[in-house]
Amino acid sequence: MPKRIIAIASGGGHWQQLMLMRPAFSHHDVHYLTTLPGLPDEFGISAFSIIPDCNRNSKLKVLRATAALAKHVWRLRPHIVISTGALPGVIALVMGRLAGARTIWVDSVANAEEMSLSGKLARRHAHLWLTQWEDVAEATGAEFAGRIL
Amino acid sequence: MIFVTVGTQLPFPRLLSAMNDHATGLDEPVVAQTCSDDGKWPALECHGLLQPDAFARCFSQARVVIAHAGIGSVLSARRWNKPLVLMPRRHDLGEHRNDHQLATARRLEGSPGIHIAWEASDLFALLKRDDLVGAMEVIDPQREALLARLRDFIDD
Repeated sequence: MPKRIIAIASGGGHWQQLMLMRPAFSHHDVHYLTTLPGLPDEFGISAFSIIPDCNRNSKLKVLRATAALAKHVWRLRPHIVISTGALPGVIALVMGRLAGARTIWVDSVANAEEMSLSGKLARRHAHLWLTQWEDVAEATGAEFAGRIL
Repeated sequence: MIFVTVGTQLPFPRLLSAMNDHATGLDEPVVAQTCSDDGKWPALECHGLLQPDAFARCFSQARVVIAHAGIGSVLSARRWNKPLVLMPRRHDLGEHRNDHQLATARRLEGSPGIHIAWEASDLFALLKRDDLVGAMEVIDPQREALLARLRDFIDD
């Protein structure tokens, strides 16, 4: 039976990496979340919502993004939440896990020498915590399973 | 047309100023996503942030793309088979919060269709070449391995 999945990434490289991971979950019922209007259309995606972007420098924006993400998680009741970053993805993992989802963090392939700040935050909230680089796995205890680049 | 992009997060005046200086001597237009509205680059056709459809249009119509060493730029170049020149942002110049773009550039150096401009002078030398080939999607066992791991976890 297909699972309900939330796949979330901020605009830019995070999103493009998520797009390349689609073959891993496209046979399920996937709802995409991203921060940049127009991006899902560019990749032929129809099941999506746009969420407000946020970063750690603005508490207000974090609150706003959290409220939006709580709403989507409540509505979609996902079995799985997967994110490639950045901060909105971490918040989605937190919310998803609270709602009973299994959660996946794939740290961006941009972080070849150190786990991203968002990735470090995601550690406690991800059932599957992946880095795309062997050295980072070694240094952090994250799992390395391959890379998208 | 040459397309320059510095991503959507941070300005990158070192790259844009270098391209601005260089653009006056070129007989082709240079379009840039500048990520700031300063407009200090009169020789470039500047856009602060392009909408995704306009970004796709610029990228796909360019002869060559010049970019910061962001993953979005790399994956776009492979998607549209464009020759790509990356200039990594440097932490010591205040261009990013750490040196991860230097690491990305080191790891991508030698990948087909991807060239690294460590300095502005490398940039100009690369732009003079007429034999640049496009970047391509790579069939990489590392990618298959990652997808298999994700599929296993999700389907479990």
